[in-house]
Amino acid sequence: MRGFVLIVRRDLRLALRRRGDVLNVLVFFVLVASLFPLGVGPEAELLRSMAAGVVWVGALLAAVVSLPRLFAADYADGTLEQMLIAPQPLAAVVLAKIAAHWLYTGVPLALIAPLIGLQYGLPADALAVLLAALLLGTPVLSLLGAAGAALTLGVRGAGALIGLLLLPLYVPVLVFGAGAVTASLTGINPSAHLSLLGALLAVSSLVGPWAACAALRVALD
Amino acid sequence: MNSDLFRFASPQAFFPVAGKLIPWFSILAGVLALAGLYIAFFVAPADATQGEAYRIIFIHVPAAWMSMFLYLVMAGWAATGLAMNTRLSGMMASALAPTGAMFTFVALWTGALWGKPTWGTYWVWDARLTSELILLFLYLGFIALKSAIPDPARADRAGAILALVGAVNVPIIYFSVQWWNTLHQGSSINLMAAPTMAATMLAGMLVMALAAWMYGIAVTLARLRSIILERERDTEWVRLQRATA
Amino acid sequence: MLETTALGCERGGLRLFSDLGFAVAPGNLLRVRGSNGSGKTTLLRTLAGLTRPAAGAVRWKGREIDDDYRGEMLFLGHTPALKAELTVIENLEFSARLAELKNADCRRGLRQLGIERLADLPASYLSQGQQKRAALARLALAAEVPLWLLDEPFSALDEEAISRVSALCAAHLAAGGMLVLTSHQDVPVAAPAVQTVELRG
Repeated sequence: MRGFVLIVRRDLRLALRRRGDVLNVLVFFVLVASLFPLGVGPEAELLRSMAAGVVWVGALLAAVVSLPRLFAADYADGTLEQMLIAPQPLAAVVLAKIAAHWLYTGVPLALIAPLIGLQYGLPADALAVLLAALLLGTPVLSLLGAAGAALTLGVRGAGALIGLLLLPLYVPVLVFGAGAVTASLTGINPSAHLSLLGALLAVSSLVGPWAACAALRVALD
Repeated sequence: MNSDLFRFASPQAFFPVAGKLIPWFSILAGVLALAGLYIAFFVAPADATQGEAYRIIFIHVPAAWMSMFLYLVMAGWAATGLAMNTRLSGMMASALAPTGAMFTFVALWTGALWGKPTWGTYWVWDARLTSELILLFLYLGFIALKSAIPDPARADRAGAILALVGAVNVPIIYFSVQWWNTLHQGSSINLMAAPTMAATMLAGMLVMALAAWMYGIAVTLARLRSIILERERDTEWVRLQRATA
Repeated sequence: MLETTALGCERGGLRLFSDLGFAVAPGNLLRVRGSNGSGKTTLLRTLAGLTRPAAGAVRWKGREIDDDYRGEMLFLGHTPALKAELTVIENLEFSARLAELKNADCRRGLRQLGIERLADLPASYLSQGQQKRAALARLALAAEVPLWLLDEPFSALDEEAISRVSALCAAHLAAGGMLVLTSHQDVPVAAPAVQTVELRG
């Protein structure tokens, strides 16, 4: 537990000192969302129906863009190796890095998303559902994303490869997350979608860290 | 008793066995395919609503079944390789992936060819086609990851982890795509619901599925042999093999 | 207390060494020699439990190394393992807490390596030699860790730093600790018992 807090604090401190990297991801998110109206036209009804999908796809892409850095910097300067041979269980190390990643990527994304939703003409209750869904869904992106980042560690072309590996696995989050917002738009109770997101969170909190630990051991062999 | 089976766990021991098995599976595949196609074209009746065009289902559905099945088999071999640290398991997974991807591709193409005469469009976002598309990406990701890692032992282990993560997620992905499809009921095109299943139609699909399975085994074993030769090229027995070939 | 039996390691499909067996008792220093690429680093990483051996086993206190082993071992590899954005003292404090070192007085550790004045500088500002000293400062805090595995600890160090580090190593050995290190040159550490393992590529 102490090791968990230690690493979360370290990663947050590093994110703060490399603010540019973190902000780049958020700007990318907003940029992607701004491109769609330019592509399909500014018609309000169309944009409102697209909003959920656009925001979520933007979140997925932003996550993919932010993930290579999760382990790569530590791998390059040798600190990752030290974390593997420390007395702390590797699972705690990985969960700590995932938690930090969610705090400096997922949470800001979730907080900015309602602003984008406003741009797309979403009503207030849909915005609330969007926020809730993203707060539930972005941890899944970080959990599975850690596995993707660990598998492609030190691999040539890791940036593009990580997208190919993760985006198919992100489909359920996309479907239930965007579905929740669309449901609330059409007057249906989104609680089913949100519970499914919760279930995804439960499953990925087992699968993601297991895979990331195994992949890190392989990468540092 | 155990040691007898484990003897074949070495690539060197399994290589000739695979070679002997390939002709048998190829013959089985050919015979079953002929039987299946006969049922498909001559025995199964024409569909009431779709006429003759629906017969592509006899390739489309077995291909889709095989693509799913082979992914699970691949994940199974991957798990074995991780647990028991055997080289051959990783090679099997590598050998299976392109065949699985091919079946996915065939399923997608035949789905498109079915869609055109039946509903006027080459692509519909129905649950099965969309799931097959995502499965194709899962296969491609596995193949891409393995090719990107130069060390074969590390590539095997990384690929195995990815295959297992994929295998756990495949049911979740399929479920979510099904959910998505029923939500957006704008187009109620459902490739599964189209023809009502006469018994002969089901028989035809099963025979074709078996044919595809035999074919898959034969092709995989052949690919496995060339993977073994390549990976073990520095060993004595492979050098002898190539000298006498 | 540290022993290997019939150890064999591979890298990229090539067998680096095989059937390697030795034992390191308390107070012993083991020096691993060999030309470049002969597997010195791989051996050390295998002893640290990072790399799985192709054959044989590594034993600590009679049992094959497992997760508990990590608390009794310190490994310093080629890279100084410093985060460029953290200050020297922040780096050292993190390392000490990660390794669960008790009573770690980080400033004293930096002082023992002669770099106390650099404590509040970001690690990226340091020269290569200074970074090496910062990495080795952990040794000053890790007296209670029985086994030290050091990969080329004296490379990139000037004479003054070498004498400081070898003093730390000598003290560790005198207190009953064990030391395994790789080095191209002769090792300037006064030790009661020195073994050498030579790896031929």
